[in-house]
Amino acid sequence: MGFRVIKGGLLTTVQDFGRYGYQSQGFNVGGVMDARSFRIANLLLDNPENEAVLECTLIGPTLEFTSSQIIAITGGDFRPELNDDPVPMYTAIFVNKGDVLKVGAARTGRTCYIAFSNYLQIPVVMGSRSTNLKSKIGGFKGRKLENGDYISTRIKRRKYLPYFLSRTLPLHEFDDSNITVRVIMGPQDQMFSHKGIENFLNSEYEVTSNFDRMGMRLEGPFIETKKGSDIISDGISLGSIQVPAHGKPIILLADHQTAGGYAKIGTVATVDLPKVVQRRIGDHIHFEKISVTEAQALLKQEQHELQDFRNRIHKPCKEVLDVRLTAKRLEKLFPDA
Amino acid sequence: MQNIKVVPEGDSGLLIQFEQVISPAINQRIAAIVKLIRAQQISGIIDMIPTYCSLLINYNPQAISYKELHHRIESIVKMDTKTESITKKVYEIPTCYGGKYGPDLKNIAEHAGLSEEEVIRIHSSSDYLIYMLGFLPGFTYLGGLDERIHTPRLANPRVLIPAGSVGIGGSQTGIYPVDSPGGWQLMGMTPVKTYDPNRAEPILVQAGDYIRFVPVSEEEYLAIEKQVADGTYTVTIHEGEG
Repeated sequence: MGFRVIKGGLLTTVQDFGRYGYQSQGFNVGGVMDARSFRIANLLLDNPENEAVLECTLIGPTLEFTSSQIIAITGGDFRPELNDDPVPMYTAIFVNKGDVLKVGAARTGRTCYIAFSNYLQIPVVMGSRSTNLKSKIGGFKGRKLENGDYISTRIKRRKYLPYFLSRTLPLHEFDDSNITVRVIMGPQDQMFSHKGIENFLNSEYEVTSNFDRMGMRLEGPFIETKKGSDIISDGISLGSIQVPAHGKPIILLADHQTAGGYAKIGTVATVDLPKVVQRRIGDHIHFEKISVTEAQALLKQEQHELQDFRNRIHKPCKEVLDVRLTAKRLEKLFPDA
Repeated sequence: MQNIKVVPEGDSGLLIQFEQVISPAINQRIAAIVKLIRAQQISGIIDMIPTYCSLLINYNPQAISYKELHHRIESIVKMDTKTESITKKVYEIPTCYGGKYGPDLKNIAEHAGLSEEEVIRIHSSSDYLIYMLGFLPGFTYLGGLDERIHTPRLANPRVLIPAGSVGIGGSQTGIYPVDSPGGWQLMGMTPVKTYDPNRAEPILVQAGDYIRFVPVSEEEYLAIEKQVADGTYTVTIHEGEG
């Protein structure tokens, strides 16, 4: 019961919201890069919000299922195929024993998520199933998936979900190469000169190839400090923007270290993190200042939007689906009909 | 204690900045504040990261707003913590110095203009306060290294430093908890695992505790190493009033 990994892809790891509670011992939180796509994947299957998924990076894996279940794929457009036929993303898909899912190369975005209705059989380590690559704990044997791995599913749960045909949501487009990212300034913004802050807020910064699960280095106009950028090491948050002596911003992402010694000019608003992590090399980012109250209001708004999604997939489908698509999905459900 | 600032770090983090200096008094004050916050069981707080002179709180803004958390933290940092008696907990770390265990001990001694024995004596004669953990699981930021044995980092960092290595990097000393690249001058090794993912408490020590390096012979090192592997070794801990 589960699936065989025929090809592991570039960097496919088991992730959930991450490992909180152990940062004071030096364990980074880790967890999904794009929390919004992660939540939508689980939402499409009525999974618990924090159920572990596979996070795929740039080139996805190829999986052969050894039992039937329902899956959902969200995030960047990785052009998934089931038995060589394209299957839609942001949609609940029924897979049979023997089916081969091929998650291709990202056409847009950088990361996608696969959620499973029968849950991944992955032990909880220190409160989380997330893979911590540095500490080699959590996830599947503390590492990325490799060819030949076998992952079991945890339960013999569902072969059918109510309102199955309604379980499709609008695609999230990550194809915009120029984005505005909202930032809460601080906690060390006062260490930068007026000109430094001006440059930071009024310029375009380019995404470089120094971009992984730990962080993203940007290239662009110099951000000047008043008297250097070194601080006595303090705690780092997800989305914190460090500016070392070289004057270029670094956005710290899911696998960021727990503490660091460079001044932080600001922190990305949580709602804008998905579009940051889904960027490609050469894309441009423009930073815009907002208040913490505004950022928290945006989070509330997103919460409502997700609730709307949840409501939408729990109503009978009103012929909104393409007829052929509907027929295809029905066919998968009733293979003997 | 003045000069405490409570500021946002993003929409899910709150940073308490104490006076920005490295001092045991401020570090102890932070440890006391962490205890007070824990005791209040404020819903929405999901993690706390105490560092040298700051405390970062991660919280879920769906459960508590910045405004409300700020208000509660402001009242906590005003509380008096001076009466709290602090128990000093000292962990003995058996360390085999020099030879193949400490390939840079010679460098350190030469740089200090002291004999290797003198360096070992100095290094093992103070209790080092653990100001914070970070960077790697169980990596300790220790304070109090004797100035006489401060040694610059290697010009060319090693690609792999084995877990258990004890070294000096500038004005800091510490133990590598896992295999890692690094530029510290290696003076010895301990068979004690400061990080063991298979242990009920994976991390041996906590911020606020102390470390004391105790020189052991190679023979003793190997004996302890075997006990550690068999799960029969217990680290010696001294407790007393701080």
